[in-house]
Amino acid sequence: MIEVNITDTITINVDGNLAQVPKGVNVIEAMRSVGKEKAIPHYCYHPKLSIVGNCRMCLVEVGSPLKDRESGHPILEDNGDPKIGWIPKPVIGCSTIVSEGMHIRTNSATVVESRNGVTEFLLINHPLDCPICDQAGECRLQEFSAEHGRGFSRFKEDKNVKPKRTRLGPRVTLDDERCILCSRCIRFSQEIAKDDVLGFIDRGTYSTLTCYPGKELDNNYSLNTVDICPVGALTSTDFRFKMRVWFLKRTKSICTESSVGSNTEIWSREGKIYRITPRRNDAVNDTWMTDSGRNLFKAFESKDRLNSYTVDSVKKKLDDALVATASLLNSNSIGVIGSPFSSFEEQFLLKKLVDHLKADYEMIQHHGEGDGLLLSEDRSPNLRGALINGLIDAIPGNELGALRNKINQGEIETLIVFNEDIETLGIKLDTLKETTQIIYFGSVDNTTAKYSKVIFPSLSVFEKEGTFVNQNFRLQKFDQAIPAPNGLVADRTILECLLLRLKGSDSPNPGMDIQTLWSEISEHIPLLSIVNWSNITEEGVPLESSDWSKLNFIESDNLKYKSKISLEVV
Amino acid sequence: MAIKQQRLILKYADQPGYTNNIECYIKYGGYEQLKKAFKMKPEDICKEVIDSGVRGRGGAGFPAGMKWKFLDRKSGKPIYLICNADESEPGTFKDRQIIHKDPHQLIEGMLCAAYAIGAKLAFIYIRGEFFEGYKILEKAIEEARSRGFLGDKILGSDYSCDIIVHRGAGAYICGEETGLIESLEGKRANPRIKPPYFPAALGLYQCPTIVNNVETLCDVKHIIEMGGKAFSKIGTPGNTGTRIWCVSGHVKNPGYYEFPCAAITLGQLIYDVCGGLLPGRKLKAVIPGGSSSKILRADERFEGKLKDGTSFDWGIEDIPMDFDSLAAVGSMSGSGGVIIMDDTTDMVEALANINYFYAHESCGQCTPCREGVPWMKKITTRMCNGGAREEDIGLLTDIADQIAGRTICAFGEAASWPVQSFVSKFKDEFVAKAKEQSLLREKGEVSNQKPTLI
Repeated sequence: MIEVNITDTITINVDGNLAQVPKGVNVIEAMRSVGKEKAIPHYCYHPKLSIVGNCRMCLVEVGSPLKDRESGHPILEDNGDPKIGWIPKPVIGCSTIVSEGMHIRTNSATVVESRNGVTEFLLINHPLDCPICDQAGECRLQEFSAEHGRGFSRFKEDKNVKPKRTRLGPRVTLDDERCILCSRCIRFSQEIAKDDVLGFIDRGTYSTLTCYPGKELDNNYSLNTVDICPVGALTSTDFRFKMRVWFLKRTKSICTESSVGSNTEIWSREGKIYRITPRRNDAVNDTWMTDSGRNLFKAFESKDRLNSYTVDSVKKKLDDALVATASLLNSNSIGVIGSPFSSFEEQFLLKKLVDHLKADYEMIQHHGEGDGLLLSEDRSPNLRGALINGLIDAIPGNELGALRNKINQGEIETLIVFNEDIETLGIKLDTLKETTQIIYFGSVDNTTAKYSKVIFPSLSVFEKEGTFVNQNFRLQKFDQAIPAPNGLVADRTILECLLLRLKGSDSPNPGMDIQTLWSEISEHIPLLSIVNWSNITEEGVPLESSDWSKLNFIESDNLKYKSKISLEVV
Repeated sequence: MAIKQQRLILKYADQPGYTNNIECYIKYGGYEQLKKAFKMKPEDICKEVIDSGVRGRGGAGFPAGMKWKFLDRKSGKPIYLICNADESEPGTFKDRQIIHKDPHQLIEGMLCAAYAIGAKLAFIYIRGEFFEGYKILEKAIEEARSRGFLGDKILGSDYSCDIIVHRGAGAYICGEETGLIESLEGKRANPRIKPPYFPAALGLYQCPTIVNNVETLCDVKHIIEMGGKAFSKIGTPGNTGTRIWCVSGHVKNPGYYEFPCAAITLGQLIYDVCGGLLPGRKLKAVIPGGSSSKILRADERFEGKLKDGTSFDWGIEDIPMDFDSLAAVGSMSGSGGVIIMDDTTDMVEALANINYFYAHESCGQCTPCREGVPWMKKITTRMCNGGAREEDIGLLTDIADQIAGRTICAFGEAASWPVQSFVSKFKDEFVAKAKEQSLLREKGEVSNQKPTLI
């Protein structure tokens, strides 16, 4: 794996043009750094995996300025240019590290001919089944075959026959005939997932990818092998044959599975999500994500999702639900159970509401087992957001604190609950039923919903836009991928309406867009004074976190996170 | 007229009464050089090896002293010595003779080399099919250990070294040094990319490692015995020491014959040493250094200049048997496997058999070799089975050109050179076969000639 150091650069010569590139990177990354990643096609090289150099697609010609052996002075051509000593054979760009003054030819006759040769070789035994192949449209072999190679076949012999539908694991299906043996999946399993179950058997042109006998590719990162497979060999059992990728809309999003906040891409069409894939962010998830995170969208397709505003279990319009809520909030004892699943914007408005109502606010933490990679112990996406918003100033526990006692003693008249299931919070349901009116913001039909006076169905992360703050205090933006069902609006809008109504305005949806909301946020929160909606980049914004450095966050070390405990040990 | 061999490595091997047990070896002066080596400084031995000019006997002919010089001694990691006994190049059977008949010579040579490079552990990676050789080596190692030549504090010195014999599992690619290292580590023998994995720096277990051929390591013993300077006097400058030529094919007396480099010509080897061709046959071609070396046509004239500038004009029989001369005529001395072909040989069939071998042995790691070599095999097999087409000839060369120089290891060249040289030098035969077969196909007939394919 190559770490790119932007500050230290060297000058190289690419096809006759000078280029400033980072020091210590390989030729492929050097070309990427100057925006010419297309100049060197490759299959087996992956920036986050070890280098094996087996596909031979990235062959380039490389030379260095010659020096006089005795004096050490550069040898010059007649015209005064430095004389270049070209390596007689083409070399692979993936394992060649750039050096000062290096000359690279990415388009010479030798290089073009080498690529054409490799392309021809890869195709001779490759089935010509692009029309029925799931990878079509995002297949490196398909793309490079269009750009390189002859365009006709000189192969008159019989093609090799290999297994077509091997089940590698519960989520991954393998077509061995399409495999170009780049070994990316094997290296991923060894080096990243640390679950060394894949390997080649047989030799030469009969080499076949397979699982070790008696084992399965069933780790929670198995679908990453599908992502990095440059051809249609490894396919997602869930996604295969469902949709052509070029019909799908791609939306940038954030995974809500844990505080890691993996950057993702949502692939959808006509309001339906077909798959979720990781989006590269070297500060967060590199190019990976969990299998479980890819399936989160299915929970929102289930039948027990709440999909209409109700008051006393009767379907109502949003305005009626707001009126009912406003009257419930005309009370002296209000409790609010917030959620680390709410977006940063929702938490900001909730904080305003809590302050306005002088309500008791509490939040619980969602705890799970971490895997040391991209699934952290904190199974919520935005606990840090609540800290920054000032909703909380300590790490919440797994259970409610003082608020629970108040509820159990019947001291809370109105309780607003975000997401949580009151059954699991240690609340005496009998007392609650007698004394407390519940306003529920959530998407799941649970005990809270059953006991609620008013229900505002929440939207999923795919149906709204906003931000989360991840484990490393990185503010990350997600866009809306699909429309909300049944004309539902986001919690953010409901909170805005509620705030206006409580302040005496009867006007319906104020329609405050997220830009305006963010100018308010940056006005109120000093930490975010220079942040606005439009300058939150795809990579996210790292925030200053020293205010919270004394807190004991529950996450242990993972791919990009160092827990305080381990830092002390070091 | 038979020319007498001048043996160095196999000096005693075939003498009546000479056996491969340690008593016999010691009786003939065995392990004396190890004692001598221990009185020298390791760096002095390395210098003697450089002075000797000895070149690797495995195939590439790289100077062994230079290879040792590249060893990374500052890494602080252990240094390993590996003896490459994975002798699998078709036409080569010299290491097998040494292992079977004089295993202690190899062990002594290895211990001298290990002491010189500072290795505390050495391996013999022996070809899986050499089961007999494996047993002989194991026995010899036990004998050496019981006599204190091997193991802890050898001969009472502070130096300890052990030798482990590791059997391959039957793959030609394990003879490629980085493939061998991978295999020794217990993995598939996929050769490593160089850079960065040069064995002298990042070899076995990512530690500095020297991999030498059996014959090369035996030479080390003789270099210590006679001194590097004296060794370099055998043969010619740049082509020092003796070589064991393994002659196979259409000669009366195939076998292994040891001569100083350049002491004989190819003609002398065929006619005087091996008794010439079978009655009534004419020489057609010679593969001089194992099946991967480029073929030489009997009626070729070889003109050019040697490294030192002297010009030459040779017929095939005039070529001196040494590294540089065979390289100068466009082939190589390789592993010393000289394959003689007479006028009964069908060159298309011969190439088809060579291609079969390389297609079978390609490790399958990198694209050009994995896909290209079996493609060439499929073409030549078809050409032998009545499906030859004229366009196959250009196609074969194209494929070979697309492989050579584009692969991770030298296997790409090894598989391409035969195709390139067979097709360019015997194009007439390939064309004739294609024409004849297309004529037969047109008539709907089948050739009555049955191809001899492995």
